[in-house]
Amino acid sequence: MILSNLEKYNNAFLEAFGIDESKLNAGLTYQSIKEWDSVGHMSLIAELEDTFDIMMETDDIIDLSSYEKGKEIITKYDIEL
Amino acid sequence: MRVTFVKSLDQYGNRTALITDTGVEISYRTLLSVADKIARMIEKRCLVFCVCSNNFESVAGYIGFLRAQIVPILINPDIDTDLYTELEGTYQPSYVWAPKNFAKGTLSYAHGNYELKKTSYNAVHELYDELALLLTTSGSTGSPKLVRQSYKNIESNTHSIIEYLNITEIDRAITTLPLSYTYGLSILHTHLAAGATVILTDASLMSKSFWSLLKEQKATTFGGVPYTYEMMKKLRFTRMDLPSLTYLTQAGGKLSKELSLEFSEICAKQGKRFIVMYGQSEATARMSYLPWKYAIIKAGSIGIAIPHGKFTLVDANGEIITAPHVTGELIYEGDNVTLGYAESIEDLAKGDERHGVLQTGDMAEFDEEGFFYIVGRKKRFLKIFGNRVNLDEVEGLLKSKGYNCAVGGVDDHMKIFVTDERQLEDVKHFISSKTGLNPAAFTSVYIESIPRNESGKILYAHLEGM
Repeated sequence: MILSNLEKYNNAFLEAFGIDESKLNAGLTYQSIKEWDSVGHMSLIAELEDTFDIMMETDDIIDLSSYEKGKEIITKYDIEL
Repeated sequence: MRVTFVKSLDQYGNRTALITDTGVEISYRTLLSVADKIARMIEKRCLVFCVCSNNFESVAGYIGFLRAQIVPILINPDIDTDLYTELEGTYQPSYVWAPKNFAKGTLSYAHGNYELKKTSYNAVHELYDELALLLTTSGSTGSPKLVRQSYKNIESNTHSIIEYLNITEIDRAITTLPLSYTYGLSILHTHLAAGATVILTDASLMSKSFWSLLKEQKATTFGGVPYTYEMMKKLRFTRMDLPSLTYLTQAGGKLSKELSLEFSEICAKQGKRFIVMYGQSEATARMSYLPWKYAIIKAGSIGIAIPHGKFTLVDANGEIITAPHVTGELIYEGDNVTLGYAESIEDLAKGDERHGVLQTGDMAEFDEEGFFYIVGRKKRFLKIFGNRVNLDEVEGLLKSKGYNCAVGGVDDHMKIFVTDERQLEDVKHFISSKTGLNPAAFTSVYIESIPRNESGKILYAHLEGM
């Protein structure tokens, strides 16, 4: 089965935070759950970079403060969600 | 009682002591006036819980207590509620200085979002004359074991650090660590004592607000634990343009040789100094540093003892090691070696139990030029994101919940071995929530039985690599 980019994007969150798919919504922001602290953020960035084979810019890494914002940022790397 | 640097801060008058995360500048004069006002609400030397974040109220309360010889126990506001209750019950503080609604008691004073509350405990604490403050040994597992620091300890370590880092009035340190953590506290102490400025923020390095504040307020330095440097690597620190930063320090655990070398080289290229240090709360904060000129050629070393301190290595027979590259327990001597531990109210009356000599529990070697290297540990604990986590305490917490388990692992990665497959997820969540540390630090592993010797002791060596 080939995963869509959105599915891959979602999986990165699920992997990084070990959370349930139901938590993937607009309310998911940095520090809104205990798994998304600075440590979790590192795992998330690593997952996204591996998944899409990209190297994110510093500003994008610290800007990625919510599930929704991340979608916007990822598209900058020529990935269509 | 000796006078500490906090008594002579008045000399800095209108200089800026603190900058808040909204950019408000607070002079030494204002800081001391608020600090003394808070402390004056307390009639005499007693025990106070000081719940500290990186904000003005926390610092003001803390400095006020220290100036008035009131003894604070510094507590991280993120502490688990049950563990806080246990700590309070054990030490029965007369007052608590904490964010609104944190603690129970009668309100005596409020400043900003903080309140000074008189507790209902009637305990009369017998406090040793030289006792200045108390720090938790492992904030995360909530062990009520505290480190007892004296006025002399603080004075000596503060001045020694200022000397080797050459901290001056023009320095502006931005906070990256909690104040209840000895490394974070030492950054506050040294910068205030030098008449410098501390930029206060609880924002993480992974947030935009941290870096904007650093740039706007032109921070000259900050400190980091190994995990901080992992984050900075991920953030491609090498490509960041931070001209105000003149030097970085690292402590709170062993930085890998690779990362150490990488940051030494980045800093050298950017004209910044990178200083690896080593310490423990049992030695107030700092015991050694690697002079920055040696950062690259001696990467991986904890350097040399701080000014006025001394290292020796002792072998298993208690003999002093004189040859290089021979492993022994690292022993430190200096005025910053703390008085000892406290595990109960009664222990607060205890005097100096160490007499200036600390057995660090770390195994080390030195090279031909006298630079020290940590090679292992005598005690069973891990450093997780800079926090010391005692493995026996974690095991105790899990066992008290009825889990049959053994705990091991390496720094930043704890392994919990359980004999019931159904508990794999539970133990991870339980420990993560108790310690407040990200679940990523914990792995649970199923094993059929816990390996033990004839006398029932767990064979931890057998668990390695499982």
